[in-house]
Amino acid sequence: MNEVLTTDHISMEFGGLRAVSDLHLQVYPQEIIGLIGPNGAGKTTVFNMITGVYKPVEGQIYFDSNNITGLSPDKITKLGIARTFQNIRLFNSMTVLENVMISKHLRRKSNLLEAVLSMPKYNRERTMHYKECMELLEKVELADVADEMATSLPYGKQRRLEIVRALATEPKLLLLDEPAAGMNPNESNELMEFISKIRNEFDLTVLMIEHHMEVVMGICQRIYVLDYGVNLAVGSPSEIQNNEKVIEAYLGAVDTDA
Amino acid sequence: MSMDIFLQNVANSITLGSLYALIAIGYTMVYGIIRLINFAHADLLMVASYIAFYGILVFTLPWYWAFIIAVVLTTIMGVSIEKVAYRPLRTAPRISVLISAIGVSFLLQNVAIVVIGARPKPFPRPEQLVWNINMGDISFLSLTILIPIVTFILLLLVMFLVKKTKMGIAMRAVSRDFETASLMSVDVNKVISTTFMIGSALAGVGGIMWSMQYPQVDPLMGLFPGIKCFIAAVMGGIGSIPGAMIGGFVLGICEIMIVAFLPALSGYRDAFAFVILILILLFRPGGILGENTVEKV
Amino acid sequence: MDDKKQIKFILNIAVLALICVFLWWGNDNLSSFYIRILNLSAIFVILGISMNLVLGFTGMFSLGHSGFMCIGAYVASILTMSPASKEIIYFMEPITPILAQIQWPIFPAIIMAGVVAALFGFLVGIPALRLRDDYLAIATLGFAEIIRIIVTNTITITNGALGLKNIPSVKSMWVYWGIAIITIIILKKIVNSSWGYSFKAIRDNEIAAEAMGINLFSHKLLSFSIGAFFAGIAGALMAFLITSVDPTMFRFTFTFQILLIVVLGGMGSLTGSVISAVAITILMEVLRVVEEPINFFGLLQIPGLPGMRMVIFALGLLLVILYYRQGLMGTREFNWDYILNKIDSFRKRGASM
Repeated sequence: MNEVLTTDHISMEFGGLRAVSDLHLQVYPQEIIGLIGPNGAGKTTVFNMITGVYKPVEGQIYFDSNNITGLSPDKITKLGIARTFQNIRLFNSMTVLENVMISKHLRRKSNLLEAVLSMPKYNRERTMHYKECMELLEKVELADVADEMATSLPYGKQRRLEIVRALATEPKLLLLDEPAAGMNPNESNELMEFISKIRNEFDLTVLMIEHHMEVVMGICQRIYVLDYGVNLAVGSPSEIQNNEKVIEAYLGAVDTDA
Repeated sequence: MSMDIFLQNVANSITLGSLYALIAIGYTMVYGIIRLINFAHADLLMVASYIAFYGILVFTLPWYWAFIIAVVLTTIMGVSIEKVAYRPLRTAPRISVLISAIGVSFLLQNVAIVVIGARPKPFPRPEQLVWNINMGDISFLSLTILIPIVTFILLLLVMFLVKKTKMGIAMRAVSRDFETASLMSVDVNKVISTTFMIGSALAGVGGIMWSMQYPQVDPLMGLFPGIKCFIAAVMGGIGSIPGAMIGGFVLGICEIMIVAFLPALSGYRDAFAFVILILILLFRPGGILGENTVEKV
Repeated sequence: MDDKKQIKFILNIAVLALICVFLWWGNDNLSSFYIRILNLSAIFVILGISMNLVLGFTGMFSLGHSGFMCIGAYVASILTMSPASKEIIYFMEPITPILAQIQWPIFPAIIMAGVVAALFGFLVGIPALRLRDDYLAIATLGFAEIIRIIVTNTITITNGALGLKNIPSVKSMWVYWGIAIITIIILKKIVNSSWGYSFKAIRDNEIAAEAMGINLFSHKLLSFSIGAFFAGIAGALMAFLITSVDPTMFRFTFTFQILLIVVLGGMGSLTGSVISAVAITILMEVLRVVEEPINFFGLLQIPGLPGMRMVIFALGLLLVILYYRQGLMGTREFNWDYILNKIDSFRKRGASM
């Protein structure tokens, strides 16, 4: 099998408390996978382990058949995993375009000296990155606000910009942490379309954490359910909807988000 | 090294350690609550010493009145500094508050230079407090005993305040979680003021005892003890009062003993604290008694 | 668009030419007192913008600038002093034989001062830059003090607390302002490059920066070492300006003055640091008056108030941080576009009337 991502029975502990335990997750190319579960189930911790923010206490993580366990976040991004954050983390002193241009820094081929001396190699590279980013912004309909401050955008567009910024790192796998948080049904529908669109266009695999059930059920091929750090169930949206353990976990815990 | 010289060094390191501990408590309490290295804390030592100095020599007050007035005025000053220079910046980036603290520290030092002059002056030791004690071959100052006792009593007092009183509980709540505490109708401003009050009072006492032990006052006298006491607080685990005490003693003992056993290094004495600090921050950033926290992603 | 680029290029050349004319004129016509103040401004310009790179652009609150300056000053002094004066000055203990006969020309010594300071910056940065905010501040302050204490104690290299004298004197404004302008250009290039943006990304949000593939540690270390490099250069220039150095010059007070420049000019604005460096250096001289005794027609004598200047500056810093936190320029930079647009709109208004 040619999985894009495998978390081989990973676990994470904080001060003796198991946040994630023995999670075996497999993601195949071009899939959109949902990761759901009540608050505090350990979903973001899974993201943090995959992206190298935390190192799992047990288990290994493979990406594109490379073992990436314990690599630093920047190295993992370089290999082709990009992410967004639950609470938007844009660079607030920069414009929309500058936010996206940052993501091209890791694909640089010239060095600082060439930049200081304005060597043609650096200038060419910079122009190329500029063009790529502008194209990207046009594709996602943010080109008209390219020169505005990122934080002056309306909330929905900030969320989209975060996704675009992640896309600009040229990832194979995109991790989205609650992309629809705080959106109304209309906006979440738009977002769903947007996610499938970029998946097709950029040949992406997507792993997303989401509370909005209509979003998850709408676009995910498979869903992993996490409760207290344990993988409760995995399956297609209809399988998950009818899974008794899942229903119990949700009714027993939070259903306000759904 | 002969036994009596060794004992002499032990006595010295306990005295120095007590002084560090006393001053470190102020740093650790303030840091615990508003996450600020209160650079001005160091200069409060100097302020207290000068007030005591002028009280005794110029206004010819009895030493106890001079000391009490010095501690009271220093306390008022510490609380006012927070009101004027830190409170308006509570929602500002941490760097801004830190710059403000550095600014206050420089202001105090330079005002002292302008008003009093840069030259160090001898501090008048009250005879009632300072005399020689002879025990066999070793002789030491009464301060060697007095300073640790005062420190210990004040430590117990502060511990009692923090552990047992309502204000102390509020303090601990604020230091845990600023916003939640204020939602729980804790008067955050009052808590912060009280913290500065206690810290500054201790700095006042510490300053006076410092100038009795090393009887000289000058406008920059607080600078080094201040930074070292902050280091002691970090060493013990910032935010922890017993930690500050332990850190203070460890630092005091290290400084004196390293010089005693390795006289060749005496020129580097002031560098030890920083070396210790850097080692602690790298290998055990939470300090001896502290806990390590990670930013949530 | 290209038209505008050309205009800006011409304007830049014109400004540079104007500065050259001024330097050429000033060297011959200004009194040595004014030249000295202007040269000192150039040094503070270098210090201000290099500290701003670290503090304002990368968001690392480092207070170690005076330490790196100290290294630069000593390296440049030891490399350029004549063997004869070394023999006289090192009378407590003779200088180590390796250094005794060395006598380099000024420019290689300045570069070497920067390189050695950058090397120290690199070594200090490796442990220190794991820390953040106030812990970084106190650790870098500590390193600066350690550097100063080491300098005081390594008598066979630095002559200890006695310091060094008879350092070759450099008076030409070309040297000081030439290096200052080169520094400004280099730092502007860095800040506008993708490295500069990465620094700013780290300042804005470390976690996001790292997730976008920026290696936090290597970028912080790079910014810190560049800062140390220019601090070393400034230290070297300082040594050539006042021709004597001793360890007490590079106390924390010195870093405070640079901090004042950075905060006043605006953290994150090179333009701001340049303006405030010049302004503060000149003010420093102007305010010397308040520290000297004032005599009212021989009737009344007010004694001078030493330290008053620093009181004024400390108050200034407090007022800026409390009421005007973005400083003179905030994070804005001088740019021709703004001025050209202004002129344009002015002209149009004129035409329509």
